[in-house]
Amino acid sequence: MKAKSYDIDERFVFSDGAKKSVFTILGIGLVFFVIGILSLAFGSESGGTEHALAFAGGEGGGEHAHGHAYHWTTRIKVNLWINNVFFIGLSIIGLFFFSIQYAAHAGWSAGIKRVPEAFGSFLPIGGVLMLVVFAFSYHEIFHWTDASLFDKTSPNYDEIIAGKQPFLNMPFYVGRMVLFLVVWYLFYLALRKQSLLEDIEGGTKRFWKMKTIATLFIIFFAISSSVSAWDWVMSIDTHWFSTMFGWYVFASWHVSGLAAISLSLVFLKEAGYLKFMTESHFHDINKLVFGFSIFWTYIWFGQFILIYYANIPEETIYFVERLESDHYSKFIFFNLFINFFFPFLAFMTRDAKRKMTIIKIVCIAVLIGHWFDFYLMITPGTLKEHGGLGFLEVGLAMIYLATFVYVVANTLSKAPLIAKNHPMLQESLHHSI
Amino acid sequence: MDKNKHFLVGIFNDQDDLLHGVEDIRKKGVKIHEVFTPFPIHGLEHALGYEKSWAPKAAFMFGFLGTCLAITMQVGMMAIDWPMVIGGKPYLSIPDFVPVSFEFTVLLASYGMTLTFLFVRGYLPHAVPRIFDIRSTDDKHVMAIDLANNSLSEEQIRSIVKDAHAEEVYRRDFTDEENKGSFLKYVVDLFTNGVTRSSRIAHHR
Repeated sequence: MKAKSYDIDERFVFSDGAKKSVFTILGIGLVFFVIGILSLAFGSESGGTEHALAFAGGEGGGEHAHGHAYHWTTRIKVNLWINNVFFIGLSIIGLFFFSIQYAAHAGWSAGIKRVPEAFGSFLPIGGVLMLVVFAFSYHEIFHWTDASLFDKTSPNYDEIIAGKQPFLNMPFYVGRMVLFLVVWYLFYLALRKQSLLEDIEGGTKRFWKMKTIATLFIIFFAISSSVSAWDWVMSIDTHWFSTMFGWYVFASWHVSGLAAISLSLVFLKEAGYLKFMTESHFHDINKLVFGFSIFWTYIWFGQFILIYYANIPEETIYFVERLESDHYSKFIFFNLFINFFFPFLAFMTRDAKRKMTIIKIVCIAVLIGHWFDFYLMITPGTLKEHGGLGFLEVGLAMIYLATFVYVVANTLSKAPLIAKNHPMLQESLHHSI
Repeated sequence: MDKNKHFLVGIFNDQDDLLHGVEDIRKKGVKIHEVFTPFPIHGLEHALGYEKSWAPKAAFMFGFLGTCLAITMQVGMMAIDWPMVIGGKPYLSIPDFVPVSFEFTVLLASYGMTLTFLFVRGYLPHAVPRIFDIRSTDDKHVMAIDLANNSLSEEQIRSIVKDAHAEEVYRRDFTDEENKGSFLKYVVDLFTNGVTRSSRIAHHR
């Protein structure tokens, strides 16, 4: 093969231009967010209550009887929660992808491993935000946090929810949340430390250490990703449960994480970094995006068809709330289209996975699509008929996006872009399929 | 017209020699019929100048045909021919049809592609495989050049292949009779000689 030379020591510079565009996104996001808040606070207040009354009279039933009065700030809190869960997911999937590469002894990705590695640096910020958001909005988001549900003498007593008390109680819940966030962050720190030491020391010692840490992380993540999906998302619809939910949230996280990694690589390559990357690398990573968008559909449909076919009211309520609603039903079909049909058809051919333009379009679509997936998981159970999609949602998502990109790019600029002492680096530099 | 086939066979020991050899030989204007290797060689199909395969399109067509057939079948059975209420669902309940349609898509795509492969490569029960050198299943790379396809003389080609580091170059002829399998003969052979000694194996050296 032809001998090529690359700048192995290249470093990513978080340039002023890049910073400017991140701050532009942040600025637009803030403006949208403020417009959203103002229009909520002054615009629809009177209309909102009227609508709520009509709804409660109509098909209120069970949960509404002891539901909480809706206040427009709930919508902000719910949106904070959606974005937190989504971006924490992107960040942890970066670490998960990184770990898989080590556990599987993957060589092709050795040159690009700094990108998913940097994703993990959002964990502490996302984690703290998560706890803060939970602390001041658990009452509106999580129905089960109402103590009177567990009190037999109270008119609000709910036998089903009371039966779940051993799992869904405040100390255990917050304990799990803190434990997962802290342990994930510790794993990130450990892997990052070894990875940076490898750059200095060389040799294979660090590689084997990282493999051990990565394997332990994968085992921990297998359990914690499921449990966090039950906790952070499924417990919103407290009565309802699905045994596939852990996988469902994981699939959504994973495909959006992969799309984010792929997109970062495209932007880095177009900015002139990672010159060794060829179409083969992009083909490999986008095969994963393609495959996991089908995997997500499989899980989505698997969950849907079981509930649809069994037709048990306590299970179907989840889809009734979404499909029979004027507001949410259109999102279900949009969700299926943008997360399955579009990437499936656009990414099917070999050439499509290798072309920068198509990669950008599909990966951005997948990211937007899976944001909507989380929107659909969280909003109907919390906001019910008050849910909306406006400046507030878009603005807040942009603020989170800008924060995420800023943190990741900042971390990326602090270490060499290529792990020059990775034992399998040559395989990655000459990767060709 | 000469119906017999005349080939020049080059034996290569090393995969890099073969890879560069293929490039050199093609550069000198010799058309290569086929290369047989004991294991896949990365970049060989590129060096041989193969065009993009139409196989994925065929697979898509087979799969799409499977989807259409499955949906037609289920709609015909469940909604038109013998409507039944199952689980309180409407007769025409699309979600119920998805698993079967998916499986049928996969089934038809895989069967279709297997059969397509067998037909295109001529791997039919009675077909006589044109085996150039049995060592291509062991440790040698075998290159076959069809003399009728090339305007250069046999001697010229021979020296070109030798220059490309071929270990061994020799001529291999297949008679017309050898090339033409007959299904009838195959069946008769099968009955008279049994599977192990049918006409397919007779010609190998």
